[in-house]
Amino acid sequence: MKQDVFVKGAAHTSIIHDSAVKHVTGQADYTDDLMMPEGTLHGYLGLSSVAHGRITTMDLDAVRKAPGVHLVLTAEDIPGVNDISPNGLHDDPVFATPEVQFLGQPIFAVIAETRDQARRACQLARVEYDELPFSLDAIAARDAGMGYVTKPLKLARGDMAEMESAPKKLQGRLTVGGQEHFYLESQIAFAIPGEDDEVIVNTSTQHPSEVQHMVAHVLDIPSNAVVVQVRRMGGGFGGKESQMNVFCVTAALAAKKLKRPVKVRPDRDDDFQITGKRHDFVIDYSCGYDETGKIHAVDADFYARCGFSADLSGPVTDRALFHADNAYYYPAVELRSHPMKTNTVSNTAFRGFGGPQGVIMAERIVEDIAYALRRDPLEIRKRNLYENGQLTPYHQEVEDQILPRLFEELEASSDYHARRQAVLDFNARGGTIRKGIALTPVKFGISFTATWYNQAGALIHIYSDGSIHLNHGGTEMGQGLNTKVAQVVAEALGVDIGRIRITKTTTEKVPNTSATAASSGSDLNGMAALNACEQLLARLATFAAETRGIAPEQVSIGETVRIGDENLPFADFIRSAYLARVQLSAAGFYKTPKIHWNRDTGRGRPFYYYAYGAACAEVSVDTLTGEYVVERADVLHDVGRSLNPALDKGQVEGAFIQGMGWLTSEELWWDAKGRLRTHAPSTYKIPLASDRPKIFNVALADWSVNRENTIKRSKAVGEPPFMLPICVFQALNMAVASFNDYRENPRIDAPATPERVLMAIENLR
Amino acid sequence: MGGEIRFLLNDTEIRLSEAGSRDTLLDFLRLEQRLTGTKEGCAEGDCGACTVLVGRLHHGHLHYEPINACIRFLASCHGCHVVTIEHLRGRDGGLHPVQAAMVEHHGSQCGFCTPGFVMALYGLWMQNPRPDMLAIETALQGNLCRCTGYEPIVKAAFAASEAGGQNFDALTVERDRVTAALNAIPRERVEVARGNDRAILPADAADLAQVLAENPKATIVAGATDVGLWVTKFLRDISPAVFIGHLTDLKKIEITPGHITIGAGVTYSEFEPFVLAHFPEALDYWRRIGGWQVRNAGTIGGNVANGSPIGETPPLLIALGATLRLRSSAGSRDLAVEDYFIDYGKQDRRPGEFLESITVPLKAEDARIAAYKVSKRHHADITASAAAFHVETDGATITCARVAFGGMAATPKRAKSAEAALKGQPFTAETFEAAAQAVANDFQPLSDWRASAEYRQQLAANFFRRFWLEQSGAEHRLRRVE
Repeated sequence: MKQDVFVKGAAHTSIIHDSAVKHVTGQADYTDDLMMPEGTLHGYLGLSSVAHGRITTMDLDAVRKAPGVHLVLTAEDIPGVNDISPNGLHDDPVFATPEVQFLGQPIFAVIAETRDQARRACQLARVEYDELPFSLDAIAARDAGMGYVTKPLKLARGDMAEMESAPKKLQGRLTVGGQEHFYLESQIAFAIPGEDDEVIVNTSTQHPSEVQHMVAHVLDIPSNAVVVQVRRMGGGFGGKESQMNVFCVTAALAAKKLKRPVKVRPDRDDDFQITGKRHDFVIDYSCGYDETGKIHAVDADFYARCGFSADLSGPVTDRALFHADNAYYYPAVELRSHPMKTNTVSNTAFRGFGGPQGVIMAERIVEDIAYALRRDPLEIRKRNLYENGQLTPYHQEVEDQILPRLFEELEASSDYHARRQAVLDFNARGGTIRKGIALTPVKFGISFTATWYNQAGALIHIYSDGSIHLNHGGTEMGQGLNTKVAQVVAEALGVDIGRIRITKTTTEKVPNTSATAASSGSDLNGMAALNACEQLLARLATFAAETRGIAPEQVSIGETVRIGDENLPFADFIRSAYLARVQLSAAGFYKTPKIHWNRDTGRGRPFYYYAYGAACAEVSVDTLTGEYVVERADVLHDVGRSLNPALDKGQVEGAFIQGMGWLTSEELWWDAKGRLRTHAPSTYKIPLASDRPKIFNVALADWSVNRENTIKRSKAVGEPPFMLPICVFQALNMAVASFNDYRENPRIDAPATPERVLMAIENLR
Repeated sequence: MGGEIRFLLNDTEIRLSEAGSRDTLLDFLRLEQRLTGTKEGCAEGDCGACTVLVGRLHHGHLHYEPINACIRFLASCHGCHVVTIEHLRGRDGGLHPVQAAMVEHHGSQCGFCTPGFVMALYGLWMQNPRPDMLAIETALQGNLCRCTGYEPIVKAAFAASEAGGQNFDALTVERDRVTAALNAIPRERVEVARGNDRAILPADAADLAQVLAENPKATIVAGATDVGLWVTKFLRDISPAVFIGHLTDLKKIEITPGHITIGAGVTYSEFEPFVLAHFPEALDYWRRIGGWQVRNAGTIGGNVANGSPIGETPPLLIALGATLRLRSSAGSRDLAVEDYFIDYGKQDRRPGEFLESITVPLKAEDARIAAYKVSKRHHADITASAAAFHVETDGATITCARVAFGGMAATPKRAKSAEAALKGQPFTAETFEAAAQAVANDFQPLSDWRASAEYRQQLAANFFRRFWLEQSGAEHRLRRVE
């Protein structure tokens, strides 16, 4: 069987996002836009007002009597288990009782006629606490002996005696701030009760199967009674991998109790309080190196503010260690994670999943060495890049290194060397405005480190009219996953993409799905869909060949089906297959090969492959205020053979700006009582259009082909480019360092807010 | 007196005899009209996902501008034309040029912010057919996108401009019909209620004085860019609320020899051309007030009357020596803007009084003016520290120095020690350095999530250094767009 015809919407073409027209016309439905059945009620969560305490009184009488209130839910109303921990540790209650462990923790819920009534009723609760001691940040928690939320990890390789024998040594502390996801669509759940114990939950989640399990677990019903559906999310970024659970179980519980549909949607301020964020880290590191800038040994402790429960902190802090080398070979290395329990919201997945916090330490060390040796940091970077065959700290062999070529091309296209000289010359004139420039790499491991998550399913129906229904276990949060998978299917079946209807993700069609996370959506679901296509093609080719008495190789399926010398339209062919009782539906499946990981020994091959990238940024800093402008950024990023270059470029650009926000203007600030005071866009500042680089050149390394047999030889793109804007951060450091003739790395902590930049300058003046 | 809120919503006339003061336009659109293309992202006017266009008659001319529906009260839509994303179509029913450009340039990813961006870009496309980069970025200050990084959206803005088509646009074609329909809505006092929750729209300024005499505890609501949050975030009761955004006699801008008098209801956007004409040094500062949607709704009078220590206009008005006029049914009184601010949350406004206008002396020929603001994010962020300078010299000596700060104390306030260090001194770097040192005596700022006390102090000092650098012609400050 062969195909040689042009397919509209095939893989590797830059077609538009399947919902683009609906987006721009306001016709794309998000969960809050779904038609509400008559009788729909609205829920709202009541939150704790202390960071740590034992509830002594919870008087909800006034809440129950408030206008429009139908039901108040507390922990006592839970028929199953009061737990939504995504990891089996049973440390994450739906409603905290009797002990609350952070300010803003849900303790009850109100269901009323309107959302406004439910929200106002929540304010009427009278809750009293015996307040208990609390620790808000990782170091305070360590000093107070708070302990870990989950088992720490140690990675080690090589002989740490090299630390002492190295000619030079440095050490330091890097503080890296957290980050709020700020998905534009807040969390939401909308549950509709069915007969017996059945319930349908419409929600905005990256992980429908987890919602299904949590609802079943909390309501004490089997998973087969729960259907979870999501057509699209208004952004996820990791914030909807586990954080939707509390809203979903509340809506489902209330819906079953009241036998009415119930919608739960928090206000943005409450979304900020209730849901976890990117982990902030304090990293104590030391490094042995030599006069050439070559690293001999690295030792580091990673303290993470995990919040009150484990949630995904185990794999997040693991991934910080997995990426503490970024792109550099450490001959001897020892890395230790410290997932600290704190009295703050439980931190969670966020694009990069701990990886960025590891990568930025590697880049800090490289810069420290460069300043100490008075060299261009790029030189130090190149000197320490992995060579194929070298082992990572987790004993995986690097086999697909392409950074030397990425560097070479980016240095040329960004004119790095001439511009660095110009920056040095500019600063030497000593004005109020100072400049900085940096070029940094990214190497990012692709696969869930929990190996069993690396599986996916897809379901394809061809209806007798020739229209195709595509479903898979991944979720659409804007990344264009549905578009890419449809492209794979269009190409595999040789049909126009317009023939394929992309449908909502539902646990009814594909069971036991993994979260759409770890950048794995296209890799896993594309392959599963391809597998389904292959089954269908085999059946159809066999059918066609048998009826004509020719070999299956003489059949070509597509918009025009060729069977020997005969041509017929796809729809007619499908109709004939239907009449001949050919099964026109297939469930595809895929699991990632080659990977394995033993956490106890710290050895294995957790990643199927690496994605690479590099970026160069130039900044100008106002040394009277600390404000800055990104003058220019150049990016060269590796997505293998892109499934859709336009969508992939969009991911790279978006990740760059989001990562830049993490490192510049986005600051989470808790007051002494443990209240998060940056709780909405008025106080928490993500980048604007006017913050993006004035000149922004983004290119994909179009020559790159994944050496592993991934879907169409592409590479994952969601997370890796998030770390590219570390170049912006390092460029800011350089601009500040000019005040001291670059004699030392100013070591600005992240985020480099204008305040941190100005105060670093004042330190050097 | 009328008992109905009347406005146009896309092609439909809306008449509401029952409405509360707290009802928001966004809830009305989404819940009652099921126009769900307009999204709620933050409910505080900071993300722009709920952006709609509001058309109103301004000096007889129908003028459309983007605003945030989440903090726009429904009652204040009386007499307006509200246009939502659902109304935006090409003549042939296909995509509007702005929408087509967004699709073609991959300007949406998750799509949740997209209707808001389309509406903001639509507003820009209508007002400014050939925007440059600065105009586009300024128009997008009030819209957050977390997915795209904005590059494709900015490209779409340029492409929509290239595509043109303004003359065929529905709102252009329908202009006369809409104008007539809005003119047909009588200008009389309107009062509506839902239960005890009352909303009052006076007929004119005199009627406002009367309404306040009758309801001395009423909440006066102009642009609602702050009061909106009292409702959406703090669940406060604002009834009876008196809406004044529609009062044309509070929207007058009068220039007399030596002065400019600004009606309290003039929005930041309405005043922007006058900033450009009379105080061009403050234009960058002016465009750092909120985002575009906020500047289209928020009023200068509201910014002053509300008494916030971090409002942008008071430092500038104080430095310029502005006075304000308070009016009530008993008459009017004038006072210096700086005297209006008594303490945190306390202003010199008596029950029954409202702020009618602000009078600003026009710049003397040799006056040197500057206005600075620093915030964590350059645009659409709240002040960490702000300062406005008004310095006069007789050649070599400083004869007058008024320097007022925001974000440094419980009220907007002049830096008296620093002013003293300037006045009568030679116009030199040393003098400004002395003032930079002296300003430390003027303020004991707070540390909070916007800035530490140390940073605020450092900024206050550095503003004097920057002012000198600027005046002496040195390269001094970042400009995003040359």
